[in-house]
Amino acid sequence: MTWATSAPAISAAFLGSLVEAIEALTIVLAVATVRGWRPAGLGAAAGLASLALIVAVLGPLLDRVPLHLLQLVIGVLLLLFGMRWLRKAILRAAGVVPLHDEAAAFAAGTVELSEHRSRLDWLAGLASFKAVLLEGLEVVFIVIAVGSGRGLLLPASAGALAACGLIAIAGLVLRRPLARVPENTLKFAVGVMLSAFGVFWTGEGLGVAWPGADLAIIGFAALFLLVAALAAVAVRRPLEVAP
Amino acid sequence: MRTLAGIARELIGLFVDDGMLAVAIIAVIVIAAIVASLTPGTTAGVVLLAGSLAVLFANVLAVPR
Repeated sequence: MTWATSAPAISAAFLGSLVEAIEALTIVLAVATVRGWRPAGLGAAAGLASLALIVAVLGPLLDRVPLHLLQLVIGVLLLLFGMRWLRKAILRAAGVVPLHDEAAAFAAGTVELSEHRSRLDWLAGLASFKAVLLEGLEVVFIVIAVGSGRGLLLPASAGALAACGLIAIAGLVLRRPLARVPENTLKFAVGVMLSAFGVFWTGEGLGVAWPGADLAIIGFAALFLLVAALAAVAVRRPLEVAP
Repeated sequence: MRTLAGIARELIGLFVDDGMLAVAIIAVIVIAAIVASLTPGTTAGVVLLAGSLAVLFANVLAVPR
């Protein structure tokens, strides 16, 4: 394993996990603000425990799946996942759909929870649990997608853990959603990288011998970035017919 | 039960947001798989890469503004 092969996996897992961790933190903080740290913390802890269980049960099964089949399945899912992110990031960058505002999501979350004050605290805990579980599953998927098949699960996991740790510390210190993190820029970059990985793994699963082997991923990422930037410009500035 | 259904819905939503985009990506992969079974080498890879880029561009342009 060289730095050249592990660096794209680490950075893709880090950036992708950063986005998911911010989204989970926003909801957990909203729950904590309205209903206190107890339900928020318990829900988040239950979500993390469920995630650990899923990884512990499903992780060893990965070794039993034939490599080409694993590459194909992961590649297809990665293409669907990455291009979905990239499409949304392009439309947001072009101003076609509004930017995802963590401060607004935080405010909406607190208002929603405040409206249900009469309900039990476990509803607030459930919101925290669901956020951590769903965003965590996305992190797990990103790690598996960019790390499996080439023995890069450990570097990818390290990248994801670093991102989640960083966001958890920042959240505890700031006690506010990380609204200043340019989420759409991150999503744009991660969408480009995941789509590039998706094409690479799907091709590997189909038996394509890519020129340059792993280095082809960098070329794919450059092409996805170029096309995505062109698409954003094309959508932002439609041709106008002079009156 | 409703929570589980909600989680399942959100899990599917991770991969499928715009139905047409998902269908187009799958179509490109199927075509690339057929090409791969007929011609060895990198032709299927070219089909896969070019098809994915074209699908992305076309899908974004097709979004109503």
